[in-house]
Amino acid sequence: MNSSQSVTINGQPASVPAGVSVSVALALAGSEAGRRSVSGQMRGPLCGMGVCFECRVTIDGLPHRLGCQTPVRDGMEIETDGP
Amino acid sequence: MTQPAFDVVIVGAGIVGSACALECTRARLRVLVLDAGCIGGGATAAGMGQIVVMDDSEAEFALTRYSQQLWDEWAPGLPSDVEFSRCGSLWVAVDEEEMAEVTRKERYYRERDVAVEVLDGKQVASAEPNLRPGLAGGLRVPGDSVIYPPCAARFFLEQACTCGAEVRERTPVQALTGRTVRLRDDSTVSAGVVVNATGSWAAELTAGVEVRPRKGHLVITDRYPGFVRHQVVELGYLKSAHSLDADSVAFNVQPRPNGQVLIGSSRQFGTNDPAVEPAMLSRMLSRACEYIPNLTRLSALRAWTGFRAATTDKQPLIGPSPSQAGLWLATGHEGLGITTSLATARLLVDQLLQRKSAIAREPYLPDRRTEPEALATARTDRR
Repeated sequence: MNSSQSVTINGQPASVPAGVSVSVALALAGSEAGRRSVSGQMRGPLCGMGVCFECRVTIDGLPHRLGCQTPVRDGMEIETDGP
Repeated sequence: MTQPAFDVVIVGAGIVGSACALECTRARLRVLVLDAGCIGGGATAAGMGQIVVMDDSEAEFALTRYSQQLWDEWAPGLPSDVEFSRCGSLWVAVDEEEMAEVTRKERYYRERDVAVEVLDGKQVASAEPNLRPGLAGGLRVPGDSVIYPPCAARFFLEQACTCGAEVRERTPVQALTGRTVRLRDDSTVSAGVVVNATGSWAAELTAGVEVRPRKGHLVITDRYPGFVRHQVVELGYLKSAHSLDADSVAFNVQPRPNGQVLIGSSRQFGTNDPAVEPAMLSRMLSRACEYIPNLTRLSALRAWTGFRAATTDKQPLIGPSPSQAGLWLATGHEGLGITTSLATARLLVDQLLQRKSAIAREPYLPDRRTEPEALATARTDRR
C-alpha cells in the first residue's frame, strides 16, 4: 500500500492513506456523517461525484468544501459538524 | 343599478397589493385581489426585503419613516417564516468626503428622532470585521430591519381573507378601468374602485402611467453565519438608485437568518429580459469585493434578477389615476416597495375613505407635476 498522510479531523490527528478523498478519509476514521442540515439533521456523502453537496466539510478553515472531490493532503485540517 | 361585485378590486398580489388588501378589509371594504401568478411572485420575491429609512428627500423620508413605524408595530405578530430581523443598516464611507455625508445624515436623522450612530474607521472595522481595512467610517441605523417579503405578502392576504377578502392567483387581467376588470377568459368583475398594484407591469394595464421596469441582480451564497451582521450599504448607493438612466451597481450585502449572504445591487433600464447578465453580475460582484474582499472565498449558490417599478421622479404613485374615474394607483416604489408598502396601504385607504393621513400625501399623488424644474426644486429641499 502507498504511504500514509497525517491530517487532523476536528483537532484530532489521524493517519490516512495517501491519494484518498477527504470523504474517504473521514469514513476510514469513523466519521461518515460530516454535516448538519439547516434543521440540525446529520448528513453524509451520497453521490460521490460532486453534485449532491452533502459531503461538505471545512478544510483548512474554508467551509462548504466538497469532501468527495478534494484529495487529502499532508497537514490538512478537516472540521466536520458531527461525529 | 346593481351593486358592484366588490368595493375594491386590487390587481397585483405583491407586497403593496397585499398590504392594500389588508388595509381595505380593516376599513370593512369588500376586496378581491387578482394576480397573474402567485402571491408575491414579482419584485416582492426578487429583492432584498429591506425595511430602511432613507433621506434623499423629505418625501422619501416621510414615507419610509412612517412605514417603518408601521412595520415595527407588526413585527411581534409576524409569523416566523417572514424572518423579521432587526439587524440594522450600516452605511460605509470610504473617504473624508463620504464621512462628511455621514455627518450630514446623522444630523438629518437626529433632527427627526431616528436613532443613529456615527462610527469611525476602527469602529466600523469592529462592527463588520470582513470589511476591507482602511475605510473612513460609517453610520449605523439600528432601527432598520429585513424580512422575507413573499411570506409577508402571504401573511397579509391571509389576514385579509379572515376578514372576508377573496384572492385569485393565476388569474391574469386582460384590461382594467376604474369600475371593471376583464379577465383573460373575457369574463368581467365589477368594482366600486380598481387599484393597479402591478409594479413593473403597471403601464401595461394603465396607459400613460409613468412606470418603467428597472432590472436588478442579486446573488446568494451558502451559509456563513456571522460573516456580516448588518445590512451593509455603500454611501454611493443613492447615486445608483437615483441616477436617471445609466446602468449602475452599488455595494449592498445582507445577512439572512441562516447565515446565507445576499449580495447586491444593480440597476438597468431598457430591458425586459430576466436572464442573468454575466457582465452586469461581474460588475456588481467586483464592486462588492472592493468593500468585502473575503466575498471571494464564499460559495455562491444562485444568481437571479427582478424588475423594480421606477417612476420619473423617484416617488411612488399612491392615489387616484388622473385619467380614469374609479382607478387608483399603488405602484412605482422602485427599491423601497417592501419598506413603504404599509404606508402606501394607509395612504391609499385614507384617500378612498376621505380621511386624514398621518403624513402629507401630495408628493405621491399620480397627478403631481413632474417637470424637470419641479424635480430640481424637490431635490434641493434639504440642502
